[in-house]
Amino acid sequence: MRSLFFPLLALIFSPFLLSIINRTKAIAGGRKGAPLLQPYLDLMKLLRKGAVYSRTTTWVFKAGPVIGLAATVMCVFIVPFGAQAAPFAFPGDFVLLAYLLGLARFFVISAAMDTGSSFEAMGASREAAFSALAEPALFIALAAVARKTGELSMSGMFHVMSVQGLDAGGNLPVVLLISAALLIIFLTENARIPVDDPNTHLELTMIHEVMVLDHGGMDLAFIQYGSALKLWVLGAVLMGCVMPGSGASWWIDAVLFMSGMSGLAVLTGVIESSMARLRLVRLPQLLTGAGGLAALALILVMR
Amino acid sequence: MMSDTKPARMKNAGVLALKDLTLLNIREFEDSVTGSLSAGGRLCALFGMPYRLGNSIMPSADVITLVAAIGHGREGVIEVAATEVKDSYPALTRHLPQANCFEREIAEQWGVRPAGHPWFKPLRFHRCYRPGRDAWTRPLDGEILPCVTDFFRVEGDEIHEVAVGPVHAGIIEPGHFRFQCHGERVFHLEIALGYQHRGVERAVTKGPDKRTLHYMETLAGDTTVGHATAYCQVIEALSGMDVPARAEDIRAVALELERCANHTGDLGALAADVGFLPTSSYCGALRGDFLNMTALICGNRFGRGLARPGGVSFDMDGSRGDDLVERLERTFRGVKGAAELLWETPSVMARFEDTGRLSKRMCRELGVVGMAARASGVEMDVRSEFPFGAYRISRPPVRTWFSGDVYARARVRWMEIEASYEFIRQRIRGLSKGPVMTDAPLEPSPDSMVVSLVEGWRGEICHVAITDQDGRFARYKVVDPSFHNWMGLQMALRDQQISDFPLCNKSFNLSYCGHDL
Repeated sequence: MRSLFFPLLALIFSPFLLSIINRTKAIAGGRKGAPLLQPYLDLMKLLRKGAVYSRTTTWVFKAGPVIGLAATVMCVFIVPFGAQAAPFAFPGDFVLLAYLLGLARFFVISAAMDTGSSFEAMGASREAAFSALAEPALFIALAAVARKTGELSMSGMFHVMSVQGLDAGGNLPVVLLISAALLIIFLTENARIPVDDPNTHLELTMIHEVMVLDHGGMDLAFIQYGSALKLWVLGAVLMGCVMPGSGASWWIDAVLFMSGMSGLAVLTGVIESSMARLRLVRLPQLLTGAGGLAALALILVMR
Repeated sequence: MMSDTKPARMKNAGVLALKDLTLLNIREFEDSVTGSLSAGGRLCALFGMPYRLGNSIMPSADVITLVAAIGHGREGVIEVAATEVKDSYPALTRHLPQANCFEREIAEQWGVRPAGHPWFKPLRFHRCYRPGRDAWTRPLDGEILPCVTDFFRVEGDEIHEVAVGPVHAGIIEPGHFRFQCHGERVFHLEIALGYQHRGVERAVTKGPDKRTLHYMETLAGDTTVGHATAYCQVIEALSGMDVPARAEDIRAVALELERCANHTGDLGALAADVGFLPTSSYCGALRGDFLNMTALICGNRFGRGLARPGGVSFDMDGSRGDDLVERLERTFRGVKGAAELLWETPSVMARFEDTGRLSKRMCRELGVVGMAARASGVEMDVRSEFPFGAYRISRPPVRTWFSGDVYARARVRWMEIEASYEFIRQRIRGLSKGPVMTDAPLEPSPDSMVVSLVEGWRGEICHVAITDQDGRFARYKVVDPSFHNWMGLQMALRDQQISDFPLCNKSFNLSYCGHDL
């Protein structure tokens, strides 16, 4: 049962991360902000609503949100929680993680293209372009972790990273480089500022949001819940690399991990309150930069 | 009819007797307008009316009189030329891009075809005002739907077209935008408006009456004081009223408050468009503070009910002036902080700089006016060039910037807030004594013409009134600054990223209903 505790935590609390981000932004902007349970209320509202389907769409449009959510839920079961192992851990599971996220993205993009709308196709093209740059960076960063820890499953890798922490000599630069790379990937994949603006209403500037404009009701609820889970999964990857843990006591690890995730949400809110979005043409440079940082970390651990 | 081929000259808000308005033939008209524009003038208004000029103007079924008002900023003189046309005449737009929208409007309203117009299509999609005619030979019994027309197209395998609007995601006015894109790059943007067409100009002919002022205050909701002032100047000039100095001061204060409120709101909106929250939140609140100051003067946040022909309907007693100055100083400090935050944040500057560049030459060719033109380095400002009201005595300096990009338009906004702030404080401190309303009768003189220019917050507002033998409006023409500037936005978007469009659009922040009228 213990092995299911953390995945359940993820399934329940992932929308709460969005609340923390939004509340941080509200406080920084001098506003009161939405209630902390707003993301849950939104999901409940959407689940009660019916969906409207355009006549030009096919089954792909309906399959997009379902496959997207299913793939992301699977990710929750293979991503470890700080020093605590995931329910499913095996050598090379990070490849599965990357490709489950890829699968979800593929179907969300296909569903967007299926509408035949120029807006959504534009968003799909941007999403494909930027995730194609983010994915190698993720692989290189995790390869550096694997090499550093000598483990091939994420559970093993993050356990070593958490428990040993900075004890091993020469760890600090590597951890800093990897976490910087993973933070950029985290912000990119979750459509946060400086890459994308989750609050904008301007279709022409959006990346992720514009792809899901035509979804409504339960489909939109699936997409929004999927995004919250993705925020959690990629946050957990980042936390696994930087957050210290005991590795022994599961409840200490749970507290550490949860405070780390909350801290990450606050950090995201602070970033969003203090800088503007990058110009779209500059994003490849940012993502290549993330890849460069990860590659440097890999070189440092290979030497 | 005089044989003199020189156009008539007049001052801002001066009266011209129609018998002094020289009627040129179409060749002389074209030469005169072209000559005036190449001598540094700009086309303030060009419109048609179904009347023939003479000692007294006469309605006419088959002849349309075209009237052009050209402003010469350096001398502060407005030239007026007129000609008569029937079904067709050689288009001025062939040589003068400034005339583009004006000639399309003339064709749409009166069914007169400007031959050789390079991009001849309707502007607002309504029936011709002269029954039974249509410049595009569309069927006369069919419905005319907005924006159902040809659009400029770029052809090619890798070219795609993005259509935005008329319904937008935000709470804004309707307009249709067509982008010809190559990937993320915009080759060409075409903007089609007309959804907001209300027929205001037609509704106010045969006026002035009790409704007229209310039409004027709502020509463009965010420019209430600007348009109301322009209208009041028309009536006052026609009636030969002397407006009390105190009323002119209060009008100027309200006009500058309107400028501050809108510029502040725009700085916030620009910040919001690049996802920069601090300035966006502050400016949203600070704009409200400026609006409340206008409400302090007249009880309405947008200045409705303030300017009236003959003066203003609310006086500013001593304590209210002090209260206003105190609030103004507090709000100004807030805006200063919020604006400086923009210039000091590199991620914001990276978005603003070099985005949506509009060259000085392009501004002059297209006749772009106001803040947008000043941001491209064109020194034009009705307050200095054609001073009116309180600006005849003192005026804020003209603020320009050289780069013509989004940054320049943001920067000029801030500099104008600064200048207006100083001006308002100065005006309130030195507020003239006396009444705020003249008791002279409101009697528009017959067979006259007035051109009234006001520098609204977007730019030059031009109202032209021509009265018939009873002193009623035979034609009332309104040119909102947006009418000139929409073309500037289209050109600024060339070779830009399509994702930067909302930012460029906001940096101009043009009015849809001001264009459609």
